[in-house]
Amino acid sequence: MQEALRFLSPGAVPVHRADFVERARLLRRSPEAQARGLSLTIRGLHKSFGDNEVLRGIDLHILAGQSVAIVGRSGCGKSTLLRLIAGLETITSGTISLGEDARPEDIRVMFQEPRLLPWARVLSNVEVGLGRERNSPDAQARAESALVEVGLADKRSQWPAVLSGGQKQRVALARALVSQPRVLAFDEPLGALDALTRISMQRLLERVWHDQGFTAILVTHDVAEAVALADRVLVIEDGRIAEDFSVDIPRPRQRGSAELAALEGAILKNLLEGTEDTSDL
Amino acid sequence: MSLIDLSRVSSPKLPRADGLIPWIVPLAIILIWQLACVTGFVSARVLPAPSDVALAGWKLLLSGELARNIWVSFWRASVGFLIGGSIGFSFGLANGLSHLSNKLTDTTLQMVRNIPHLALIPLVILWFGIDESAKLFLVALGVFFPIYLNTLHGIRTVDPQLIEMGRIYGMTDGELFRRVIFPSALPSIFVGLRFALGIMWLTLIVAETIAASSGLGYMAMQAREFMLIDVVVLSILIYALLGKLADSASRALERLTLSWHPAFQKH
Repeated sequence: MQEALRFLSPGAVPVHRADFVERARLLRRSPEAQARGLSLTIRGLHKSFGDNEVLRGIDLHILAGQSVAIVGRSGCGKSTLLRLIAGLETITSGTISLGEDARPEDIRVMFQEPRLLPWARVLSNVEVGLGRERNSPDAQARAESALVEVGLADKRSQWPAVLSGGQKQRVALARALVSQPRVLAFDEPLGALDALTRISMQRLLERVWHDQGFTAILVTHDVAEAVALADRVLVIEDGRIAEDFSVDIPRPRQRGSAELAALEGAILKNLLEGTEDTSDL
Repeated sequence: MSLIDLSRVSSPKLPRADGLIPWIVPLAIILIWQLACVTGFVSARVLPAPSDVALAGWKLLLSGELARNIWVSFWRASVGFLIGGSIGFSFGLANGLSHLSNKLTDTTLQMVRNIPHLALIPLVILWFGIDESAKLFLVALGVFFPIYLNTLHGIRTVDPQLIEMGRIYGMTDGELFRRVIFPSALPSIFVGLRFALGIMWLTLIVAETIAASSGLGYMAMQAREFMLIDVVVLSILIYALLGKLADSASRALERLTLSWHPAFQKH
């Protein structure tokens, strides 16, 4: 309890539920997975592109191993926040800290597009994810086990061009997982997939998150997906965190259950409230 | 696409017949040509029969003249191609990867590109005389531009999302070039290669007809002096075969290196 409360830093936006509930849930994981995730603290984060201020002061604390979804209208700055966390953009002002022992390999990003190398076979594409360790002798074995994890072991020597959209995205997931990241950032990873593939991918994401214990940050425009996958849903509006919902529904979550639907409704209502004109949503 | 696939599915046992199909039209043309000459429809002084051309080829082959001329032309073409191609490739890489290099040289190269390189023949003869260096210079100059432009284009159009991906996964500049930029530019480089092969033969033949003392172009010009139409036609047919050979070689190379590309995948 004492330890759990330490995660509440003074500058962070308060979380509705006590953090120890989250900690207790995470304790059910294997001890190794539990230790892997990194906590993340963001203070006073601003980001401007020229005169356009996209993020206007974000304060946020994410617990190690937590799964957080970020939702918002298009152009609200949610993707920019993710790219800043992943180190793909430079910060205008403020800080993002991942803990002192974090290395660049500890944080991985998965995009809406699979971004596979078309001229490399599936296994080599996964090996790319090992970063500097890709020339180590066990590289191939590690890539193979990452492919097993996403259920594509039989596609190891295929070209990406012959895979379906969902399979490509699973290879991209294996590539992100192979270096055993401690934070995994998802930028609309399922946005381009059809409804059925989406659902099976959501299950896969939930399972690897649970097994591997990384901290997951998921940017999505799909509120149903956010409440199905995340422990916590942040609503971003005009470059600020407008609302912070805790999703306190036990896993495995029943898709289409009344609880999820109620929460989804509440978040959607919150998103729609921002403006009178809802036609641009 | 689907039509091609269907025909492959329906005739899997006839790969040899499949390979012969492209040769039906050239063979038919030769057959009609032979008939037209034998029946006297076309005078032998306008166009000799294929059999006469073959006979002339056989005589030249026996005297060793044909092999020597083909070898000389082939040597000029490949050395000129290697020189011009490697310089074009290097400039394409440099200007595609470095903004400074691009700013420094691209404008100049674009100006030079718009000069028809064959217009330089009088100047080249004054500079180099009619020995080998004149032909090599012209071939190298002709080959340079298609290789340069297509290498540059290939590198410029690499998907920035893949480059970002490479950076996230900690690739060094060298690795990024080897694993992302170069493979991505390769299809475009091959387009340049095939254009360059066409220009290579064109340049060489023109140069050899105007200023040479050996080679296929020279052989054709000599034959014209002595009104040996069969040798002239023979030279033209050899050009066609050599061109086809160069194209097949570059296609084979394409199939070998671009097996990942959906357009080259066999099902």
